[in-house]
Amino acid sequence: MMNQTDYLLEVIGLKKYFKVGGRKTLRAVDGVSFYIRKGETLGVVGESGCGKTTCGRTCLGIYDKTDGQVLYRGADVHCMNRAERQKFTKQAQIIFQDPYASLDPKMKIQNIIAEGIRAHKMASGRDEIQERVSTLLKTVGLDPGYGSRYVHEFSGGQRQRIGIARALAVEPEFIVCDEPISALDVSIQAQIVNLLDRLQEERGLTYLFIAHDLSMVKYISDRVMVMYLGKIMEITTSKALYHSPRHPYTRALLSAIPIPDPAMAKKKVRIPMEGEMPSPVNPPRGCRFQNRCPYAVEICREAEPDLKEIGEEHYAACHRWAEI
Amino acid sequence: MGNILQVENLSVTFRTHAGEIQAVRDVSFTIEEGAVTAIVGESGCGKSVTSKSIMGLIQKPGMVSGESKILFRGENILAYTKRQWESYRGQKCSMIFQDALTALNPTMNIGRQITEKIMVHEKISRQKAWQEGIRMLELVGIPNAPMRMKQYPHEFSGGMRQRVMIAIALTLNPQLLIADEPTTALDVTVQADILDMMKEIQQEHGMTVILITHDLGIVADCARHIIVMYAGKVVETGSAEDIFYRPAHPYTKALLAAVPRLDLEQGHLETIEGAPPNMANPPKGCPFADRCPRRLSVCGKEFPQNTRLSESHQVCCWLQRGNE
Repeated sequence: MMNQTDYLLEVIGLKKYFKVGGRKTLRAVDGVSFYIRKGETLGVVGESGCGKTTCGRTCLGIYDKTDGQVLYRGADVHCMNRAERQKFTKQAQIIFQDPYASLDPKMKIQNIIAEGIRAHKMASGRDEIQERVSTLLKTVGLDPGYGSRYVHEFSGGQRQRIGIARALAVEPEFIVCDEPISALDVSIQAQIVNLLDRLQEERGLTYLFIAHDLSMVKYISDRVMVMYLGKIMEITTSKALYHSPRHPYTRALLSAIPIPDPAMAKKKVRIPMEGEMPSPVNPPRGCRFQNRCPYAVEICREAEPDLKEIGEEHYAACHRWAEI
Repeated sequence: MGNILQVENLSVTFRTHAGEIQAVRDVSFTIEEGAVTAIVGESGCGKSVTSKSIMGLIQKPGMVSGESKILFRGENILAYTKRQWESYRGQKCSMIFQDALTALNPTMNIGRQITEKIMVHEKISRQKAWQEGIRMLELVGIPNAPMRMKQYPHEFSGGMRQRVMIAIALTLNPQLLIADEPTTALDVTVQADILDMMKEIQQEHGMTVILITHDLGIVADCARHIIVMYAGKVVETGSAEDIFYRPAHPYTKALLAAVPRLDLEQGHLETIEGAPPNMANPPKGCPFADRCPRRLSVCGKEFPQNTRLSESHQVCCWLQRGNE
């Protein structure tokens, strides 16, 4: 077991429910526990609606929690006073999925990036702010002269770079990357992933990297967490996840990724999943994956499996992990 | 089999305040009957505009140039009258759009949207058309079809909505189906399901499909021929094996290197530095010259002629001109 003081972020039994119409409750995140060490990248993958974005936002205190705890350097993110909160927002930042909706179209790029610098009083005087903005633009691979332009003048990949510059402006140590590449072309995705990689190396950043696509996550993550219907199915190092996945859901996800090679693609065997993901308002009894799992037996329908340690740094929530 | 479609010297321009955007520039290719042909390229390369020209959907301020010819079974469809277009669209050639949520009418139930298409083209009773609609929904794998016919688009999940779009496109048995990024907005698992389903229907009915995508990964499995476009030009065409195993154009090679591989150990993702040229003022020479790692002095001056590397494989690159 690692020393707990190495943990930058520790999440214990976190739950986040939303009230939806008709006295129903949507259990977006339903009891997840994990940790992120300083300087590492934890990838979070799962299909739409699995709770990965809600989990990331709740970790930053953007959403209130329903139950559980999020500890950042030992301090509970949801029970901070004003001064602590102010400090936390400087340490932790987020990059959003949609580079079109997350940047104000009426603001100049330099003002979008400078907003955090001003809020945290990190620079004094117009010249110093201007200088910082120029440096940030250069850091993310944009021309410093772009500062006086507006968002609509940029392509999707460039906008995502602006989003990254905005997050970096307050010199954070922890960044939640919420599907930063999903809306981009494959070739641009690679550029952004490499940029995030370089920034991590230069600045010792810690990432929570959310994505729905396992293949890109492999590049950037040290460990990967697989979510399904608000629960963690499997969490392990990215190497182990790709070479020896134990949870049937992880295997099904991996087998769905297309292989860019005609001969191998024809040989590939897909592990089918029955039907569609059930609604998080009314998740199935027992294991959440049981009604789509090709290996489900009696016990899977009755008891919900715990997340068990099944190897070094390898946890899976499956009754039958040892047999399959 | 022969060719169902022949595109000759297609050029499409859009008149905008920023000048005349030359979206497609003098493009020629053929589509083999009964096979899947993929058109691959980044955002803005002209692949969607090309497909819209084939459907006759270019509207003002867009303009198809006078020299352009699109021959469908030998007939130039660009010379069609309005009435000829109406019987061509939907019956002979049909299209699946990327975003099912905006392509479907939110105020009409699914049944009406399918039967509307059938009843416009064929003299048939509403009841019979409704039966046909149910059959189509079952064909694309939507469970509970009779009940689903009465539902509205918002009641369907993203994957199911895409299936509905495919069902509508497939009614009346079109000979040519254009799928414009049919799975881009979907989860990998749903994407794999939909591609499998489309492949099955295509093989069963011997339909001709043009698959448009930015992701080379998904075409390895289903396309027989691949057309690579860049900045409004076709830069390489070939069989799937040609493109994946013997790529000749530096751009194709770069695109392939940017696709993440789960099956290989790669430490670093290759990217294509820079951005595609501005299409209001495209370069005279090869449009990829500025980003090309193997640029020659001639590349910036003149666009290279087509070089035939084999029966199936053609490329437009100065590096290959000498090998002829």
